[in-house]
Amino acid sequence: MDAALFYLFAAISVICSLGVVGQRNPMHSVMLLIGSFISLAGLYVGLDSPFVAVTQIIVYTGAIMVLFLFVVMLLNAPREDLAPGGQVPIPRNLKVVGGLLSLSMAGMLVWALSRLAPTPFVEDPQAAARVESVREIGLVLFRDHAFAFEVTSILILVAMVGAIVLAKKTV
Amino acid sequence: MITLNHYLLLSALLFSIGTAGIFLRRNLITLLLSVEIMLNAVNLTFVAVGRFNGSVEGQIITFFVMTVAAAEAAVGLAIIIALFRHRETLTPDAFTSLKW
Repeated sequence: MDAALFYLFAAISVICSLGVVGQRNPMHSVMLLIGSFISLAGLYVGLDSPFVAVTQIIVYTGAIMVLFLFVVMLLNAPREDLAPGGQVPIPRNLKVVGGLLSLSMAGMLVWALSRLAPTPFVEDPQAAARVESVREIGLVLFRDHAFAFEVTSILILVAMVGAIVLAKKTV
Repeated sequence: MITLNHYLLLSALLFSIGTAGIFLRRNLITLLLSVEIMLNAVNLTFVAVGRFNGSVEGQIITFFVMTVAAAEAAVGLAIIIALFRHRETLTPDAFTSLKW
């Protein structure tokens, strides 16, 4: 993949994700997360996976994020730390501890990955074509993973019923 | 030259940002969004390693992760709506008792 495009999409996704975490307004957080997901779809295209890229845009940004937006607007979501009821905002020392924990995790992951020797992608047009082909994905999905696929449908059904029951007025 | 390491590093960064969101934020919706960031970071790893191995298995796992993410978002948001109806707030600290 073109290096410039990789760095562009990587920068957009990291900056948008940082914005999601740094924002106080949930509406802006959801919008920034949509930007992050679209740039991830661009990275998937660079990985010769157009099917995942399209699914990412349709399912994630088209369905899941719209669901989030609906809930944010439905609840007229209050801005954080301004919530009524006299809740104290998260104490500063806890914030420092949480930030240190996540920073140390990032450091650990980066350190572990930096010990890995550079592993370039093999430039094999046949392998690229196989990964790219939606036909191959369908064959493997419905032949080797048919059971997992069917279980997924039950999971969706249960989640649908559960969501309706939970959101009902009288539980 | 973009190697597999670049993709793994990017996904490690995104995952750490997601955990930072879980640690630092006090808003149930933002917490769910942070979980979505982490799921996407893992998806990127799956697709990159699948491309590296020349197999479609990584994309198939991504497909299942997306399904689980959709189910999780639906149930999680329903729970948030139910909680908001009781307390008119989204701060997790307001929901410390199991019974009210």
